[in-house]
Amino acid sequence: MKLLYFAWLRTKIGRAEESVELPAGVTNVASLLEWLRSRGPGFADALKNTVLVRVAVNHEYVGWDHPVKPGDEIALFPPVTGG
Amino acid sequence: MIRVQREDFDVGAELEALGRGKTDIGGITSFVGLVRDIAGGKRIDAITLEHYPGMTERQLGDIEAEARRRWPLADVLIIHRYGRLEPGDRIVLVATASAHRDAAFESCHFLIDWLKTKAPFWKLEETPEGERWVDAQASDDAAARRWIAD
Repeated sequence: MKLLYFAWLRTKIGRAEESVELPAGVTNVASLLEWLRSRGPGFADALKNTVLVRVAVNHEYVGWDHPVKPGDEIALFPPVTGG
Repeated sequence: MIRVQREDFDVGAELEALGRGKTDIGGITSFVGLVRDIAGGKRIDAITLEHYPGMTERQLGDIEAEARRRWPLADVLIIHRYGRLEPGDRIVLVATASAHRDAAFESCHFLIDWLKTKAPFWKLEETPEGERWVDAQASDDAAARRWIAD
């Protein structure tokens, strides 16, 4: 699975993208975020307030219960501020 | 049509091209978004727009399709820039062409409101105190919400 991070999530996590193998039990967005938070202080800080986290799977916005699977491109980012 | 680019654009030339060769267009409405030199009472020296290549084009395409579903539009153009921009620089152009002005005005307003809450862009401001990521505005969410009931 490919993970992408943008804006201040990227700077707090310290990387723009990575490829990961999903651990057993990570089946949806909520469990993915829980696992990511356990990976280090940068992740925990970036993802502590989920009100400020948006998730896209394969370029579409999704909710916390959306399934995740190997081969997905999953992006985590703050609320958008373009225009 | 959707364009995501680092380069500036020529508003006059873009609007001219939008209606060229078509005689069923009664009017074109356009919105040009610019970089301000002040935000929240603080001076802004520059901004850098980051975006998510691939998803940006996908979301802007969906937004254009939604506008075309709601209004009878002869043409739609959205150009959004990324990279480092300074006060006075153009950020975004939204233009809509229709047989009648109401459809052109309303759809242009809808597109910029919708874009601001859906298209994956983020602004990093350079200020005299350092860099800071722009927070999403509740007023932008409210502006987008008013189109949901339509």
